[in-house]
Parts: sequence; structure tokens; C-alpha cells
Amino acid sequence: MTASRHDTALGFADRPGPAARVARLVVYTALVLVFAGPLLALLVSSFGKVHDPSSLTIIPRDFTLDNFRAAIRQDVLRYLTNSFIVAGGGLLLQILVSISAAYALARKRFPGLRLVFLLILSTMMLPEEILAIPLSLVLADVPVVHVNLIGSLVGMIVPVGAWAFSILVMTEFMREIPVELEEAARLDGAGDLRIFWSVVMPLCRPALGVIGIFGFNMIWDQYMLPLLVAQDSAQFTLPLALRSLRADEQVGVGVVLAAALLALLPSVIAFLGFQRQFMRGLTSGAVKG
Amino acid sequence: MAAIAPPRAGARRAPAPASPSRRRPFRLRASLVPWAFLAPALILFTLFKFVPMARAIEMGFYEVRPYLGDRWVGADNYRQVVTDDTFLAAIWHTVVLAVGQTAGSIVIGLVLALLVEGQARSLWFVRTAVFLPTVAAMAVVAEVWRILYYPAPDGAINSILGWVGIGPSQFLNSQDTSLWSVMAVGIWRGAPYDMMIFIAGLAGVDRTLYEASSVDGANGWRRLWHVTFPALRPVFAILFTLAAIRGMRVFTEIFLLTNGGPNGSTEVLMTLIYKLGLERNELGVAAAGSVVLLLATVVLTLAVQYARSRRADR
Repeated sequence: MTASRHDTALGFADRPGPAARVARLVVYTALVLVFAGPLLALLVSSFGKVHDPSSLTIIPRDFTLDNFRAAIRQDVLRYLTNSFIVAGGGLLLQILVSISAAYALARKRFPGLRLVFLLILSTMMLPEEILAIPLSLVLADVPVVHVNLIGSLVGMIVPVGAWAFSILVMTEFMREIPVELEEAARLDGAGDLRIFWSVVMPLCRPALGVIGIFGFNMIWDQYMLPLLVAQDSAQFTLPLALRSLRADEQVGVGVVLAAALLALLPSVIAFLGFQRQFMRGLTSGAVKG
Repeated sequence: MAAIAPPRAGARRAPAPASPSRRRPFRLRASLVPWAFLAPALILFTLFKFVPMARAIEMGFYEVRPYLGDRWVGADNYRQVVTDDTFLAAIWHTVVLAVGQTAGSIVIGLVLALLVEGQARSLWFVRTAVFLPTVAAMAVVAEVWRILYYPAPDGAINSILGWVGIGPSQFLNSQDTSLWSVMAVGIWRGAPYDMMIFIAGLAGVDRTLYEASSVDGANGWRRLWHVTFPALRPVFAILFTLAAIRGMRVFTEIFLLTNGGPNGSTEVLMTLIYKLGLERNELGVAAAGSVVLLLATVVLTLAVQYARSRRADR
């Protein structure tokens, strides 16, 4: 590792002098405070005594669990459970749908392949927000089967089952798996389902991490869909519940902070745990274009 | 994080056929296999994407009246969308917000990327910490910022502004500052995402060019301008597309931070459509608004794709 001065765009020295060291420390501290500070304040304040919004602080004092106790009295655990049911169910469905579709897109050649590909791509321009109004009608009376999904967690799970990003990342990955493995299995008399399940699937495990973490974050961040589906607080997900907790005069800021922290932690933990996969997904998704 | 660009959509390689040497005779069963694997995705997309899209286009031409039957009104709903003052104001706010957040996130994201590029372990920590806003759910971000923006002099941001002798500001509570305050939150959450993409792009810059430029005596700025930025051009393009598309359909942060207020100063298309459709039951007009938004998204996406493919041809 020589000439490391040429390793970064700004040409940082490998062993900076004391002045440069201090300057960089100041800059990095400022960056961390600006971007992570508000979330750190959420963490610290939710464990402290909170009277009004000006009590927000990043300096711990008066440790107490009162905010969480009060939050539990406000049914926050039920909202958290709802969120986990939606995230778990939605993610499972999304992964199954994605690998199944990706298998066809990556390993098969059939008339209409290009059209299907374009259709899946085009759904990226059709987010829940833009479709909100007609989507709420469709959810109230799903075509063909005529089921009403309004007021049921199923209505928040099924629509996120198919996600173009997941399918495309998976397709990209499956194309890299050597054909020989599949052919060998086929010569041994394995059918498509068999090959899919015992040859292709096990080789896709690294990509499963990528679509898993992205899918989880995508579902956890859902707002419009739960907003359309939930009829009363019994179906609220935690992100959805934050607004009504805040709007309720009887509920203090401390409860909102505690609930917000509970809504924040799963996505942060998932991100920290799957950071490598997350970065792979970011680059495979965005940079290759 | 919903919109991520398709991986190499344009340049897709044809997959290798299952058995290249001997073509098997046509069999119905075999030709149905890919469709069986695609069925779940296609069914879900049809039910929850394409059917709603078709409904939106259809409803846009009707006055939707539950129980009474819909009444055909031709282009009236669309006329309202492009002439009504509330809609025009909402379109303007949407554009200002989309442009401001896109530009702000890209510029700050690029600066961040340049500052935290490198292999050191401490840099990894800084990158991870800075990236957290992007991971947090929008609802959490909005609630935290409502508290940070607390308009009293002892609110968090006002206290910080007080140290440098500015403020106190009303932030979300005044129609002069509300849109900018919302934009700042968008940039705070968007810039770290752009940073990560830029870092990935920076890793692909040819190191020998840096060396060559310093041999030629180029200073830091010239090296950035002539070596780094040109290499990042595709990254700029993709970030611009993603952010612009995301900016157009902005909803959650507005809904939670201001809900369009005060006095309509932050009303964007999506919050207006939501209110019209789900609170005032003017489904036809709301649908027309959605279609306009959809068209804008499609046009913008295709325009950027076209511009990129032309540049690639040259």
C-alpha cells in the first residue's frame, strides 16, 4: 500500500500531521452530531424525564423507564406487534415471490420475457402514494376474489408481496449461477421445482440477505398503505400510531419519544446487522444503473 | 428507500437456454413453467399496481358518486387540476421541494462522500453514523424533527441557533419558514443516501489518474474537477432521477410535519390528493391529480433515460 495519497479524491495524507488530525476530528464530530445527533437525542431523552418538547437532550440524566411504562399503557406493544406481523408476513411473501419470479426471468427463455421485464420495471413508477385513491378502492373490494382487505393486517401484507427492486436484484444474481449445475441436476431427472428448490435456492443465500434487509426496511417504512388499510387503532402499525399518540392531548411527549424509539430500533438493528448486504444492495441497485 | 434503480435494465443479456445443443420438441407443459414461476408476482402487480392505475385513469373522467352512479365529466377534473389555485400552489410547492431536496441532497451528499472516503476504521464509524437517518422510518424522522423544531426559544434547534445569535424561528409554524424547514428534513435524510452512492462511485475512479494529475502539478480542486467529477457523471444522473421521482410523490413527511399547513404553505400534490380523495370524497378530481403526477413521473424518467442513452451513444 504505497502512494495512498492517491487513494482518495481529496488526497488525504496517510499519516496526517497534528493540525490535520485535529481538523479532521472536528469535522467528523460535527458530521456525526448533525446526522446521528437527533436520533441519539431520541435514544437518550426517551430514558429521561420529559415535560415538553424542549426537554430533548443528548446528555443522559435522571434515568427512568417511565416513558416506556406510559407507552405500554397506551397500547404501544400492540402497535409494535402489528408492525412485526406486517413486516414478517410481508417479507416472507416478498422473498418467495421474488425468487420465484427471478428464477423464470434469469433461467428461462420464453416468448414475452422482454415484455414481462418491462412491466415489472414500470411498477417502479407506480408507488402506493400515487395510486393511493384507486388503491383504497381496490383494497376495499379486490378484483376477481371480491375480498375486503380494509381493516385487516392482510391488506398491508399482500400488496407489498411483489416489489420490483427485489425481483430485479434476485434476477441479476441468479444469472451468475453456472448453467452446468442446473443441467447436471436435469440429467439426473430433477424437475423445475426440484432444481429451483435444491440447486438454485441454496446458491442464492447471499442475495437473500440483500433483498431481505432492503425488503424489511421498505416494509417497515411503509406509511401510505397502512394509512389506507387501518380502520381504527387496533390495526395501527407503530409508525402510524406515532401520529395519533402525538395528537392526543392526554399523552405526553415522553410517550411519543419512547414509541418513536421502538419504531426506530428494529430498522437500525437490522441495518447494523446486515450492513455488508445493505451496501451490496445499494451499489447493485443504484450505481450500475 | 422505496425507489431503487433497476440493475442494468437496458443492457440485459439473454439467459442461456436450458439445453443449447439439442432443441427439445415444443411441449405445452414446459412452456408453461416460466409463467407458473412468474404468476405470483404478476398477479400481485396486476391487482395492486396495474388495476389501480387503470382505475385512476378511468375515474379521472368521472364525477365519482357512490350509490348514485358515476357521471361522465370529460376533461373537467383535469381542467380543475391545471387551473385551480389550490392545485397550482400545490404543484409549485411540490416542484420547489423536489428541486431543493434533490439539489441539496446531491451537493451535501457529494461533500460528505469526499470527506469520509477512505479505508480507516474510524471513517467506517463516521459513515455508519451519518447513514442512520436514511435507515430510520420516515414517520420516526418526522416526529423527531417536530420536536427538534419546537418553536419556543428553548426548543432544540432554536437553542443551537441562539448560540450563534439567530432566531428564535417558528420553523414549521410560520408560512414563511415551513417549506424550507420541511426541505431541510428531506435533505438531512436524503444526503446520507446520496453519500453512500457517491462513495461507491468514488471507489471506481481510476487511481492512476489521481497520480498522473499530481505529477502534472494539478491542485486539489482541478483534480476534483477534471478527474473525479467526470468519473461520477453516471452517479449524478441516477441520483437525480431517483430523487426527482421520489420528490414528486412526497407525502409522509409533509403529512406528519405540517399536513400542508400553515395556511397551505406546504401543501403538495400528494397531500392535496389525499385530502380530496379520502377526506372530501372528491374521488374524480383526486384521481385526475394522481394521473397528472403519474404522467410527470413517467415523462421525467423517460427524459433522463433518453438523455443518458444519447450521451452513451456519443
